[in-house]
Amino acid sequence: MEAADPKPIIDVRDVTKSFGSKIAVNRIAMRVQPGEIYGFLGPNGSGKTTFLRMLCGLLTPDEGEGTCLGLDIRRQAAEIKRHVGYMTQRFSYYEDLSIHENLDFVARVYGIPQRRRAVDAALDRLGLSARRKQLAGQLSGGWKQRLALAASLLHQPKLLLLDEPTAGVDPKARRDFWEEIHRLADEGLTVLITTHYMDEAERCHRLAYIAYGRLMAQGTVQEVVANAALVTYRIAGARQSAAAERLRSAPAITQAVAFGRSLHVSGHDRSAMEAVFRDVLGPDQTWEPIPSDLEDVFISLMRRAEDNFK
Amino acid sequence: MRFGFSITRFAAIVAKEFIQMRRDRLTFAMVLGIPLLQLVLFGFAINSDPKHLPTAVLVQDHSVFSRSLIEAMKRSDYFQLTSVLTSEEEARDRIRLGEAQFVLQIPVDFARRLLRGERPELLMLADATDPAATSSALGILNDLLRRTLDRELRGPNEWLRSRVGAARLIIHASYNPERISQYNIVPGLMGVVLTMTMVLITALAITRESERGTMENLLSTPVRPLEVTLGKIIPYILVGYIQASLILAAARFIFQVPVAGSVPLLMVVMIVFIIANLAIGITFSTIARNQLQAMQMGFFFFLPSILLSGFMFPFRGMPVWAQHLGEILPLTHFLRIVRGILLKGNGPREIAPEVWPIALFAVGVLMVGLKRFRRTLD
Ligand SMILES: Nc1ncnc2c1ncn2[C@@H]1O[C@H](COP(=O)(O)OP(=O)(O)OP(=O)(O)O)[C@@H](O)[C@H]1O
Ligand SMILES: [Mg+2]
Repeated sequence: MEAADPKPIIDVRDVTKSFGSKIAVNRIAMRVQPGEIYGFLGPNGSGKTTFLRMLCGLLTPDEGEGTCLGLDIRRQAAEIKRHVGYMTQRFSYYEDLSIHENLDFVARVYGIPQRRRAVDAALDRLGLSARRKQLAGQLSGGWKQRLALAASLLHQPKLLLLDEPTAGVDPKARRDFWEEIHRLADEGLTVLITTHYMDEAERCHRLAYIAYGRLMAQGTVQEVVANAALVTYRIAGARQSAAAERLRSAPAITQAVAFGRSLHVSGHDRSAMEAVFRDVLGPDQTWEPIPSDLEDVFISLMRRAEDNFK
Repeated sequence: MRFGFSITRFAAIVAKEFIQMRRDRLTFAMVLGIPLLQLVLFGFAINSDPKHLPTAVLVQDHSVFSRSLIEAMKRSDYFQLTSVLTSEEEARDRIRLGEAQFVLQIPVDFARRLLRGERPELLMLADATDPAATSSALGILNDLLRRTLDRELRGPNEWLRSRVGAARLIIHASYNPERISQYNIVPGLMGVVLTMTMVLITALAITRESERGTMENLLSTPVRPLEVTLGKIIPYILVGYIQASLILAAARFIFQVPVAGSVPLLMVVMIVFIIANLAIGITFSTIARNQLQAMQMGFFFFLPSILLSGFMFPFRGMPVWAQHLGEILPLTHFLRIVRGILLKGNGPREIAPEVWPIALFAVGVLMVGLKRFRRTLD
């Protein structure tokens, strides 16, 4: 009955935040459903971190309103903090405390019942029980991330905000990380995660792309790609870089990227693009249409944002 | 639903703070190093006995006593006779220009009045800016005077000898009428060290959280500003007491400062002073963007404290505007309390007027600090 249309975990509108004259987040709306893994992408400095901080009460929005876990983001920040786990972009646990001390501190601050048991269980799950006395500052980047994730899950939040949790983490560890995230989501945890990796974006249930503080696209991977209405060709043949130069200077072509021995060329107007190919490419070069991938779409969205908002 | 102050969260912060304090070698070194260094600098440096101090004489009574006394002074290591003066005006000039540290004036009729048993005065003008130099030299002079007179009062005048001081040495100390000396300085150091470390350590402890990014994490948890602030203050109150005890012990057992009043009373009153300084530290930390700025602000506060409180220079010798400024500073009042209790044996009634200005200062500053504490990262 209710389950058909559950209450969204995040439901915000017009969220805006400026630093001085710079608008970091510009009228963003977002709705995230329970148990969803929601990817949040955008170029450096596009306002992802700022947006996450507003969701968990670390920053007050200049404008906009909405709810997080059904609580008002402006007036009930204190209550929201109790049920949100936030993993910051930069490691923000105490480097001069040991792994165990950090977890214990977090457990105390959240008033977790049966603290000792909870901390020990977290250490076990991390596989760090043997190294519990090691200072957090001495951990490698990947282990720090694992520790941070464990710490942000300690109080069993209903919503997990992860700010680039896998930056600088090796592929195997990243895969393990995502498996854990999917397992948690299956158990009902909602996850909002920022990333710069395309493979990670594709593992999200839904995603949003922002640039210059503005929301450029939103939906499932398929929806985002379809809505972009981007046309992409693969060009094979010799002298790729020279061809890429000439193609890029044509107005009908928004991007030309080298992939191994071929070029991926995108634009919006199929016939105009083919006209350019006939004009620019040599006889030994062939072109064939291929489906656009997420990266093509994001780059073209970023270009568009640059043209419109810069 | 409102969330009030939570003892659990507060205790978590206190425990964390203690662990970090133990691990942070620099802070730890500061906590013990600053008092020790200051004790050595101020306590022992001043302790060295200066010799050959430039001394001028103004002899208005040419008698055997005068000659004998001056001879004795020449023979001693402490005084170096530089000139013989002819007028009191000249004497004052010498002191003012720093050409002589002392001027001994033997007034007219000294010998006659001495022999009549009138206990005449010998006047010693002293430049007391360097109090340690002055005090030891004056002690020597008193001794010289007694021995000279004992030697010269012979035969029928022998009866004058036994009397306590046939002549009186009157000391007129300029520039430092309170004659701050080791007795004054070592107890005063307690206030100085507490000011320095309490302000700096708290300011650093909080800005460190913002600088290292841990504040972002802390603020995303349910902790409240008051819990963080108090949680950070409590460990440092303990540190303050350790420092104070260290200095108190040094004062008593190394520098032999007599302790006239009640040490427990001092320890109780000290809490007000410690809190006042911690409050400044916290307020600085809410303004500073990084640890360097916090450090600079700490020194910005420390300098007037040490200069205008009466620690370095005698309070009554300062210009009026500086005295007014000094009255605001907690250190000024604390110095009076420490010296009052330790040296003069003051009780609660005498020190009360010095306690409330510190309390007032603490409350005012703490209000600013709590108001400015950023609950968010804005
Ligand atoms: N506290 C602040 N004061 C001033 N400007 C800020 C502050 N925080 C962020 N900004 C600015 O707001 C913009 C958005 O920053 P934000 O950190 O949200 O970007 P981001 O999308 O997280 O970038 P990245 O992918 O590099 O982490 C940037 O231009 C940044 O310089
Ligand atoms: Mg970011």
